[in-house]
Amino acid sequence: MPIQDEIKEKLKDKITNWYEHSPKRIYFSIKPQDIKNVASFLFIDLGIRFATASGQDTPKGFEILYHFSFDKTGEILSVRVLIEDKKKPEIDSIAPIFVGAEWIEREIWEMLGINFVGHPNLKRLLLADEWPQEQYPLRHEHES
Amino acid sequence: MSHKVIVPIGPYHPLQEEPEYFRLYVEGEKVVDIDIVIGYMHRGIEKLSESKHFDQVTFLVERICGICSNSHPFAYVNAMEDLAKIEVPERALYIRTIIAELERLHSHLLWLGLAGHFIGYNTVWMWSWRYREPVLDCFEMITGNRQHYAMMKIGGVRRDIEEDDIPQIKKMVDDLVAAVDMFKGAVMDDPVIHARLKGIGILTKQQAIDWSVVGPTARASGINIDVRRDDPYGVYDKVSWNVIVQKEGDIFAKTVVRILEMYESISIIRQCLDKMSKGEIDANVKDIPPGEGIGRAEAPRGEVFHYVRSDGTNRPIRHKVRAPSYMNVASNKVAAVGGTISDAAITLAAVDPCYCCTERLTVIQKDTDKKIMDGWDLIKLSQEKTERLKNSIKFKV
Repeated sequence: MPIQDEIKEKLKDKITNWYEHSPKRIYFSIKPQDIKNVASFLFIDLGIRFATASGQDTPKGFEILYHFSFDKTGEILSVRVLIEDKKKPEIDSIAPIFVGAEWIEREIWEMLGINFVGHPNLKRLLLADEWPQEQYPLRHEHES
Repeated sequence: MSHKVIVPIGPYHPLQEEPEYFRLYVEGEKVVDIDIVIGYMHRGIEKLSESKHFDQVTFLVERICGICSNSHPFAYVNAMEDLAKIEVPERALYIRTIIAELERLHSHLLWLGLAGHFIGYNTVWMWSWRYREPVLDCFEMITGNRQHYAMMKIGGVRRDIEEDDIPQIKKMVDDLVAAVDMFKGAVMDDPVIHARLKGIGILTKQQAIDWSVVGPTARASGINIDVRRDDPYGVYDKVSWNVIVQKEGDIFAKTVVRILEMYESISIIRQCLDKMSKGEIDANVKDIPPGEGIGRAEAPRGEVFHYVRSDGTNRPIRHKVRAPSYMNVASNKVAAVGGTISDAAITLAAVDPCYCCTERLTVIQKDTDKKIMDGWDLIKLSQEKTERLKNSIKFKV
């Protein structure tokens, strides 16, 4: 079964939106509380490599895209979650499932201020120690 | 753990290309833990990108890396072309591929030289960099620059490769084959290098999967991935070449992967030069629609990943950049732990990151009265070896 069909089949209760930008670029949305199950299914059960994640400040809330790369076919499956609570953004950490996500979660935490619950080592990765606390460079309210 | 000693490597040292700080926790000779502190080179490029228009970002991301300065713009233009669904003229794709493979050649030669230096093979260092020069000369001829070629452009390339230049490029790669043959022999046949690099700094296949490493680091651990083949861009699907995979996961395997990859790069360049037909080199892109795009490129160190989102203005609203070393350097946590302190430097360098420094490590060993790696013996052996090779090797072209 093609990997897309397998994902659609297994995660049909969890996927809220499915979008194919092109045959090899697939984006699908899930609820933030499902991220651990979905990440573990993609990474462990299907053996899809974790490429990276990207966080973004949007008017609706904080969005995280977890990019998984299925190297057998060259497809990139990007899992989209939207954290609507802008005051106290939180999501479960996927670093306990696979260690490759540890650094990127630290980076999103320091850049956007999203707390990763259950992260084994949530401390600054790139920003200097002198950088003021609670100042998040990639949040858009800092732009003006 | 009162016996634990902390050995700092970095962050600043003249030998290092970029600052990085490794804190080794050692018990006796053995490395028991490692703490990696990065961020010394953080320049906020993702944020800066949000304030540049799409064409300027190409030049901005070219400044991310000084060695593989073509990989980031390549991944970025791939992302933009995915976002806006742009058809790129075929000749431009050929030129992009040639530039990318020339870059892989010079980057692998650079690594080989530094790795040689790290284990005391200064002759390999000098020779490797000597053979890297003609590659850089080629770049100067084609693009006007030895580094930061500024060839990439959304929808095409900025300069054509002149017909008059092609014979010189062909001659350069022909000459390089002999040099790569020599390096291959020098590494494969040398018992000292075998003893020094085999079984050292092993990253097992499972560890490589867990840490999601990419590029030669992954391929040396038996993971058969290469963006050029898996998600073809440029003209990698129009030329024939092989993905080099080794099983062992040690430093020797990483070296072999890089050396053998140079042959593939040479073969790709030759095929591209032969197959390239005349034509347009630019699709003349005017507007970028709203949307998102993902572009990848196989840099010498592995997969470069760019995610760009446009809201219909002339600037990206989000631009995520992930360099291969981001995944690879983190894996040092397992590759270096369990080894001895004298292997730490080459292990940390084996993923081809920003270079960590041997010399500081050696000084600390002296201070604490630890056994010192017999670097001078290695250099002596190396010189004898290369001398013998010089006389005996038959260059085959």
